[in-house]
Amino acid sequence: MSVFDLGYMVGLVPVLLKYVPLTLGMASVSMALALVLACLLAVVRVVRVPVLNQFTKLFISFFRGTPLLVQLFLFYYGLPQLFPSLTAMTGVTAAIIGLTLHFSAYMAESIRAAIIGVDRSQWEAAQSIGMTTAQMMRRIILPQAARVAAPTLVNYFIDLIKSTSLAFTLGVTELMGAAQKEAASSFLYFETFIVVAIFYWVIVEVLSFVQQALEARLSKAVAR
Amino acid sequence: MIKIRGLRKFYGGVPVLDGIDLDIEAGQHVVIIGPSGTGKSTLLRCINFLDHADEGTISIGSLSVDVSTATPKQIKALRLATSFIFQNYALFANKTARANIAEGLMVVRGWSKAEANKRADDLLQMIGLGDKGDAYPVSLSGGQQQRVGIGRAIAADTQLMLIDEPTSALDPEWVDEVLQLLKRIADENRTMLVVTHEMSFARQIADKVVFMEGGKIVEQGPPEQMFTSPVDPRTRHFLRKTLGTM
Repeated sequence: MSVFDLGYMVGLVPVLLKYVPLTLGMASVSMALALVLACLLAVVRVVRVPVLNQFTKLFISFFRGTPLLVQLFLFYYGLPQLFPSLTAMTGVTAAIIGLTLHFSAYMAESIRAAIIGVDRSQWEAAQSIGMTTAQMMRRIILPQAARVAAPTLVNYFIDLIKSTSLAFTLGVTELMGAAQKEAASSFLYFETFIVVAIFYWVIVEVLSFVQQALEARLSKAVAR
Repeated sequence: MIKIRGLRKFYGGVPVLDGIDLDIEAGQHVVIIGPSGTGKSTLLRCINFLDHADEGTISIGSLSVDVSTATPKQIKALRLATSFIFQNYALFANKTARANIAEGLMVVRGWSKAEANKRADDLLQMIGLGDKGDAYPVSLSGGQQQRVGIGRAIAADTQLMLIDEPTSALDPEWVDEVLQLLKRIADENRTMLVVTHEMSFARQIADKVVFMEGGKIVEQGPPEQMFTSPVDPRTRHFLRKTLGTM
């Protein structure tokens, strides 16, 4: 008796492939939003904007201090109880909001560290020519901080891609959700989850190539 | 005309600038000399508001700012009226030589990109780096970086150039090219306030020499008088040590 159904695994590839765009879509949108939010949070922390700075500290503390799954449940199942209009929120939207907030908290701290690492002379040169804080951040400081933060941020993106699998707990049929359904009907759990693991693995490996290219590009200004 | 009156700055209760009064005429080159740690660089930084002085007024042309009540708008106006040449060049590491010069013109002064780049290319030509427009600071020598720093400072034709020990971070081989360039632009009738330890350079470009010690201006006068017959014993002592004469 065969304990390992290779034919089933091969057949599963095209089925699961259809769900890759949703997984990548959720991950990309969350990452883009999280990056913007994380930059804002980091700048608020570095420039010590009154009031906002305290709020930001609390925000980061909460989203780093509680499990992502708890946050997702809180958004999807909890909030509509308080605000009935949120019942219309789809699982995908809730997952994107949850992933964005969760990862922005982590990324804000990496970006903050990278901003602080930019040499003081760069700040002073920007100030001396009359740039506003926003101009200085956007044009001089953040681009230099990005080079330092890039490897860490790609790591968070990798983590984020894999974390989209939690969306299946909100009823979203993404890669993991689809695999779960396939396994439940075929009872071939090992084969199904090996295939889905390989899917995530391949996606992350492709991303690692992109990471190398990105780092090379950002290092242009420091390469002799 | 630039007027500084009663400028004071304290670090933890200790005065670093202790009542500075200084006049600079348009087109004049004022050189500040004095021992290390006497507030020379701090004075320059306070005029550009990189450091905030605690008391006093700074007037440049029609702009007059009381430093203790300076608004962000006034600080920006002072920064637009001045330009700064840093000891460590402080070129924007993520910008090419051309962009380093064009950046302020474009972003702060509202020039179009084409105008700003044209100005930057003209200046690069002038400072002898016409072929380095696309080079990032890291690929330039110290001397080249400081020349770009000078190009950035003259790009906008400000009313006062603040020049802070422009050669003290340079390897000896690059000092001369930077001093030559500074002498050339000094001849262009620009108003300059220079802190330097290069006494022969000071002598060549200065219209007025200011000797500072302990956060105060001890003595000031034309270079021929200051370098040959200073009145104050502290000035004499300092010059004897630095020049080995008198």
